[in-house]
Amino acid sequence: MLLLFLLVLIVPVLLSWPLGYAMARVIEPGRGSGFGRLTSGVFSKVGGLAAVEEQEWQRYLFSMIMFNVVMFVFVTIILALQQWLPLNPDAKGPLEASLIFNIAASFVTNTNLQHYSGEVSMSYFSQLFGLMWLQFVSAATGLSALAALARALGGKKTVGNFYSDLMRTTCFVLLPLALLVALLLLAGGVPMTLDGAVIAHTLENATQTIVRGPVAALEAIKQLGTNGGGWFGPNSAHPFENPSFFTNMVACISIVLIPMAAVWMFGRITGRMRDAVVIFSVMMALLVLKCGAVIWLEGAPAPALAGLPVEVVSNLEGKELRFGYGAGALWAAMTTATSNGSVNCMHDSLNPLTALVPLAGMWMNVVFGGVGVGLINMFIFIIVGVFICGMMVGRTPEYFGRKVETREMTLALLALLVHPALILGGTALFAATPAGAGTVLNSGAHGFTEILYEFTSAAANNGSGFEGLGDNTVSWNIATGMVMLLARYIPIILPLAIAGSLSEKKPVPVTAGTLRTDTLLFGLIILGSVVFIGALLFLPVAVLGPVADHLTVNMH
Amino acid sequence: MMKNNPLPNIYDQAKSERRQTRTSSIFERELVMSALGRSLVMLDPRAMVKNPVMFVTEAGAVLTTLIAVLNATTGALHQNYTVAVMVILWLTVMFSNFAEALAEARGKAQTDSLKRTRQNTVARRVKDGKEESVSSDELREGDRVIVLTGETIPGDGEVVEGAAMVDESAITGESAPVVREAGGDRSGVVGGTRVLSDHIVVRISVSAGNSFLDKMIALVEGAIRQKTPNELALTVTLAGLTLAFLLVTGTLWPIGKYFGITLPVPTLVALLVCLIPTTIGALLSAIGIAGMDRALSANVLAKSGKAVELAGDIDTLLLDKTGTITIGNRQATDYFPLPGISRERLATVAMKASFGDQTPEGKSIIILAEKMLGIRGAEDGAGTVVQFSAQTRMSGIDFPDGQSLRKGAPDTLINYCKHLGGNVSEQMQGLVDDVARKGMTPIAVADGKELLGVIALSDILKPGISLRFARLRAMGLRVVMVTGDNPLTAAAIAAQAGVDDYIAEARPEDKLAYIRKEQQGGRLLAMMGDGTNDAPALAQADIGVAMNSGTQAAKEAGNMVDLDSDPTKLIEIIEIGKQLLMTRGALTTFSIANDVAKYFAIIPAMFVLAIPGLAVLNIMHLATPESAILSSLIFNAIIIPLLIPIAIKGVKYRPMGADATLRKNLIIYGFGGVVVPFAGIKLIDMLIALTGLV
Repeated sequence: MLLLFLLVLIVPVLLSWPLGYAMARVIEPGRGSGFGRLTSGVFSKVGGLAAVEEQEWQRYLFSMIMFNVVMFVFVTIILALQQWLPLNPDAKGPLEASLIFNIAASFVTNTNLQHYSGEVSMSYFSQLFGLMWLQFVSAATGLSALAALARALGGKKTVGNFYSDLMRTTCFVLLPLALLVALLLLAGGVPMTLDGAVIAHTLENATQTIVRGPVAALEAIKQLGTNGGGWFGPNSAHPFENPSFFTNMVACISIVLIPMAAVWMFGRITGRMRDAVVIFSVMMALLVLKCGAVIWLEGAPAPALAGLPVEVVSNLEGKELRFGYGAGALWAAMTTATSNGSVNCMHDSLNPLTALVPLAGMWMNVVFGGVGVGLINMFIFIIVGVFICGMMVGRTPEYFGRKVETREMTLALLALLVHPALILGGTALFAATPAGAGTVLNSGAHGFTEILYEFTSAAANNGSGFEGLGDNTVSWNIATGMVMLLARYIPIILPLAIAGSLSEKKPVPVTAGTLRTDTLLFGLIILGSVVFIGALLFLPVAVLGPVADHLTVNMH
Repeated sequence: MMKNNPLPNIYDQAKSERRQTRTSSIFERELVMSALGRSLVMLDPRAMVKNPVMFVTEAGAVLTTLIAVLNATTGALHQNYTVAVMVILWLTVMFSNFAEALAEARGKAQTDSLKRTRQNTVARRVKDGKEESVSSDELREGDRVIVLTGETIPGDGEVVEGAAMVDESAITGESAPVVREAGGDRSGVVGGTRVLSDHIVVRISVSAGNSFLDKMIALVEGAIRQKTPNELALTVTLAGLTLAFLLVTGTLWPIGKYFGITLPVPTLVALLVCLIPTTIGALLSAIGIAGMDRALSANVLAKSGKAVELAGDIDTLLLDKTGTITIGNRQATDYFPLPGISRERLATVAMKASFGDQTPEGKSIIILAEKMLGIRGAEDGAGTVVQFSAQTRMSGIDFPDGQSLRKGAPDTLINYCKHLGGNVSEQMQGLVDDVARKGMTPIAVADGKELLGVIALSDILKPGISLRFARLRAMGLRVVMVTGDNPLTAAAIAAQAGVDDYIAEARPEDKLAYIRKEQQGGRLLAMMGDGTNDAPALAQADIGVAMNSGTQAAKEAGNMVDLDSDPTKLIEIIEIGKQLLMTRGALTTFSIANDVAKYFAIIPAMFVLAIPGLAVLNIMHLATPESAILSSLIFNAIIIPLLIPIAIKGVKYRPMGADATLRKNLIIYGFGGVVVPFAGIKLIDMLIALTGLV
């Protein structure tokens, strides 16, 4: 158990360092780089000047949003027409309209909340050219946004070119890594075929339809790009997505690898590696805390079995027995720390208090977080921490040598409010009306947690499901679809606007009177800012959901 | 001509009153009464809306009052509780208004005593060559007035004719009279000060009601008070947090429906008010006004609150050497003759050359020579004194027998001797440099066309000044010394005093250039100046403090005026600025940290009926759900008046580095902010349980 714990946490940290270096070199090749000249040459031939010229933050954002709109429309069309499109060996039928909206929103926003089961509803064409395509470019969008933020904070007036960034990250970071991981998964037994389902005749003389497909390809980018949308409904609990302890390990490492490397990339682009070390340490501390907490809490038997003869030392309900409770719990922590959202056990069956850990991860949404966007979220907490604590040193607060003033704080507070507004607003609306209260499979606090989790997952662009919820209804599809879109783009636009506004200011030289942002003390301030703001905003619902559930269940 | 005037009493009285307000306790009876009155007036929602946190609190109080009235007519349950919540909510709002009104009243008490010095006086206005008597408050910019001995100067202005001794003690507290004369850098006069001798003609430079003092009074009293940039940013932040907690409490009502409970609105309002940062919201204005008050206490008139706040951000201080780093004037400390010249001869010639020199430096040359030669009260004989002028840059004496003695700047004197055909020893330059390198100012002495040697004038550092600079450096400030000395002397004194940089042989345009250069690098500079030729630099500097004794041009250019004309005041001003920001940060942190304990009190109380298991979370073992909510609300209210002293006096401030300051404040206000309310709420709960109110 300890070995697993260490392996899953330490290996990605070690791998992230060189990867972060490589990512920075790919996305910011520098003037003298032959790679940079070559790629720019190709991009400008293909896309003209617009694909290479330097953009100010407003134009960068505009390009990014335009690209995402086009992708959204493109995938909506593919999904709507899947019954007539090729690569449909199992003849999947048409999808319902609100579900199409939900799926398109879900995948374009890197969320991968799935109100459908892939093996039941999706053609190979939809999976590969709709969803998997978005799994690549939505992750690349996040990384590009982070690169733009880093450039602005580094003091540049222009923040790069979105199309160049997108192409470079997709072709030279995500594709090679995905290929490597896919080969590892293939070796571990994950299927990869374009043939349709197999009909098997069992020993009892029954017929069984065994669904398969090009799973390994999708599985690799699903983990690497913090997407989480699986080929099959049960996601990584399905033996074809995650057949063995080995593939489980590869997947676990892939989940946090790029989010970790993104912090180093940020440090290299801004030229402030010490700051990156502090931010990385804060995220790492929270991750270790989360992982430790789930393993400890899941180590207790399920409350329903307590005192019965079948009681075992740990909670095995809803777990894959080939992994055990530890690998399941650990996965739950990691997939909600990053905004991955893939699962290898049922979160609905976690011990009530354990469920608080994935929820807390998504509420904070900064424990490495989504590819690129995790650090962008963290930036907001840093700005708020800098502002409040910065005053205590007796100067106008400043970050990276630039004064944080009214404009920045207005934007930062708006960005900070989006996440709780969507979660609490959505939860309140659905808990008080049949739209949500009528779809839960459990009553009381546990049922409330099911609603809360669904909105949290959508707002965090996580995509994991607590389940226990009849969520493929028109109201759920539309509500979570809207939440995912708002929760994706507003928290990218506002931080970039802050960084853009900061970059326009004259840098202030560092003196002994300056609040240093690369120290242990500042690390504690970031940690405090994340934990405090998270706790204050979500404590009431945490108490009414998982905590009340735990207290109620254990009263008997 | 001297008129005997019984007026001085007023000045002394005013001065001692001002001293008293500086030292008096914060809750003085008279001030408290006037503040209480004003806090009622301030309940006007149109005024409250400028403070989003307290506006929401007031809205909650109104809502709860409506419910209490409605309940009274229907006879609903828990009426005691509802009324209690209502009363505490109104008290919270009142406390906030009181804090602001009290800070205003304190500022007003200080300005009142300043104002008293400018009661209406009769002014002799000169119009078309004729003199007429008008009231001082009818004076307009550009008017000329004559002020005779014993009369009070009717308004701020500039001496355009004559010179006079002026008693400025009413403004500065300094009892020694000062000379104010037409032309030069000592022409500025302030209304309310008194002419002791002679008469002057003053050109009034600001119309009545527009003087610095009037502006300062208006700033302190809130008439033209605007939010400073950081105050605005903090208000936005607090408004954002308020919105967030509005969201948290607002959504609890429908969520309560899911659990089958209808949460009472007064309870939700109570939770909301406990969570939103009322502590800092209530004290924010008071902190800003108190910053202005402290500047005023230090006898500094700031033209805006923004300037006081900006002072905390200053990176570089430009300080004049004389009077700030060194004591007044230089003293002659040694003679260095050229080879072949005796020390006695040099001393004698230097002494004789200084007979006509009335400056302290000149006198010190004579004293030193007398000591060396063992004579007393040397006679100057019948020589003709040659005065120092900026053109010749030397002075001396010519005797009837043709002996011509000169002393002055070495390079000037070398040229002078060469011009007369004298032989200038090669060793002269070496001697001059040696003296300069030791931090002393070399003055060359010549007898006719023969150079004799050098007098060394030494600067004496103010006691403790290098320690003070070390502390400034710990705070991250750079100190730059500005001096007219040559670079070698300047470097030596700079090293002794421990400043970071110096501008030697500084002319006003050098200062300006230095400021521009530093600002290019993003640094903020503060400087003090008095002369008209300082005006461009004062205007360019981020904080320009003009001395009250300075010219009108200098005062117009700067953003503060120091009534004491004390050059070390800059350091004090920076500390006031830093303290202002620290107080805001500390109370914000405290306010937010308080929320943890309030959650632990209120959340179990709200839901314990629907979910009995939540009783476990009542870790403070508060008596009943109602008393838990009331205790939190009461704590939230009374912490405001309890913190008024910190808001008004500012958090304790010691000059040290940013990290050390932050660590200290985080422990006190962050950690303390989490712990204190647990104890406070528990205590109040026990008291409520004792009274059996709910």
